[in-house]
This record gives sequence, structure tokens and C-alpha cells, in this order.
Amino acid sequence: MRLAILDSGHRLATKVLFALIRAFSGQPVLDVIKLVRYRADFYGGPMSKVTHEAMRGASAWSVGDRELMAALVAKTNECAWCTQAHTAVANGAYRDAARVSAVLADLETAPIEEPLRATLRWLCKSTREQAVHPEDVRAVLAAGASRQQIEDALAVRFALDVTGRLADAFGFVQPPPEAFEAGAKYLLARGYR
Amino acid sequence: MSDITEARRALARRILEGEGEASRAQRRAAFDNSGLPEPLRTLIDKVTRSAHRVTDEDMAAVRRSGLREDEIFELVVCGAVGQASRRYDAARLALDAATGKDGHAARDSR
Repeated sequence: MRLAILDSGHRLATKVLFALIRAFSGQPVLDVIKLVRYRADFYGGPMSKVTHEAMRGASAWSVGDRELMAALVAKTNECAWCTQAHTAVANGAYRDAARVSAVLADLETAPIEEPLRATLRWLCKSTREQAVHPEDVRAVLAAGASRQQIEDALAVRFALDVTGRLADAFGFVQPPPEAFEAGAKYLLARGYR
Repeated sequence: MSDITEARRALARRILEGEGEASRAQRRAAFDNSGLPEPLRTLIDKVTRSAHRVTDEDMAAVRRSGLREDEIFELVVCGAVGQASRRYDAARLALDAATGKDGHAARDSR
């Protein structure tokens, strides 16, 4: 990463935790974990509460739906690291990798429910255009998503917006796919806390 | 239903008002992406507008300007959270407008 402190500036207890993660998973520690564990009182602690609530809090969207939103927003933001990470979690949550890859390949033809498709379309458009139009929101509502579901989708986008920017700015290193899969298993079992 | 309102407030409060290596004024300026000196301005502006364009050199230039890594860490975090917050707030306004309250397109500022 571009800041050495994020790679090796952690406290001893955290370094021991990283060694355990490496030993148990057989994979390198993901850079996002190094980030949230560095001076966790400043960023990682409070941000993890936001992310956990957005991705695992009570919602009419399933965990898979929200991870899919995260993957697609990351793809739209051209954040390759976050796209791969959340694709792995969405695959695991749905237990249906074909569904996830269909959405990432072509949202309009993917075999998904219309409220989800409209919400994903809107998330992508507003991310791309840097603007949010009430008429676009109305189209999502007309497709059958509730106001609360839109709010929940915005919470997902907020979490991704922060994390994706930091992944790019700090220069997260792309690990092998197996490391993302190990991370996905952890996130599905424990969430983001 | 999921509600990030309080957690988001706590995050902003911590990074802007809590103890830090960078001054509170610097952290606020990075959060707002406003009034920063070069080369920090370039780095935070990229974090705000197109983070995937940040380069090793952008980061190295800020380091050479005299900022320590802990300060850079905090300021980049503030820049990212600030931009995400503006986009979130703009989208919430559009949602309010679409569901009853009058309003116009809310434009993000990145």
C-alpha cells in the first residue's frame, strides 16, 4: 500500500491477530482488514459500525442483494479491488455465482427481480452521473421498491463510496482470488464488525 | 430496517472533532475538499472526484511536503468520508423530493 503505516504500523496485538489470520486461512491478510485495524479508534471502529448496519442490518434486501449492490457500485466506480471482494461475498450469500455474474455482465438481461434491477440501475446511474434526480427515484418506486429499500440501498452505496475511495487512494494490493473467498466466508459468518 | 444515521454521525464526529495527528482545521478542509494547499489539494481532490486516478507520486509529493503518514492517513479518510457524505445527503434529498417534498435534481459536488 502507499502508506507504510497501513502495512506494518499496527500494534503488536494486531500483528499477532494478522499472523493468526494467515495461519488459519492460509491466505494473506486483506488490505481492507489492515486499514480498518490501523488506529481503529479513528476510522476502522466507527466505520465498521456504519458498514455492518448497511450490509447486515435488518432490511427487506437480502445479504446477497446488498453485496450485489456493493459489487456493482464498485464496478461503476472502477474500483477493481472492491468489485472482486463483494462479488465473492455475493456469490457466497446467494450460493448462485451465475446470478451475480449475469448482473455484472448485463444488468438489463440478468434474471433478477424488477425492484432489484431498478434499484441497481439507479445506483449505477447516479454513481456515474454524480447527480440524483427525483424522477429516477420515482422510477425505482414504480418498479416496486419501497422508500425504505431505497434508503437501505443508499446506505450500501455510502459504505462502498468510502471504502472504494480508500482502496484506490491507499493502493490496495490485489490478492489471489482465494484470499477474497476466505474473506467472503468470514464476512458471511461474522459480518463487518 | 437498517439505519446508518447515528453511526454515520459518530464517524464524522470522530474524524473531524476527535483527537488526531492532523489539525482539526486540516481535517475539516479535507472533508470539505476546500482550501487545501498543494500538493495536498491535488491528492484530496482526486480522492474526491476519481480516487482510481491517485498515483504513487501524488502520495509521495504530499509526503515530501512535510506531512507524516499518520496525518496523510487521516486527511485521506476525511476526504473520502466527506465526499461520500455529500453524495448520500444529495440522494436523500432526491428521495424526499420524489416521495412528496418538492425539490430539484440534487447534484453531487465531486
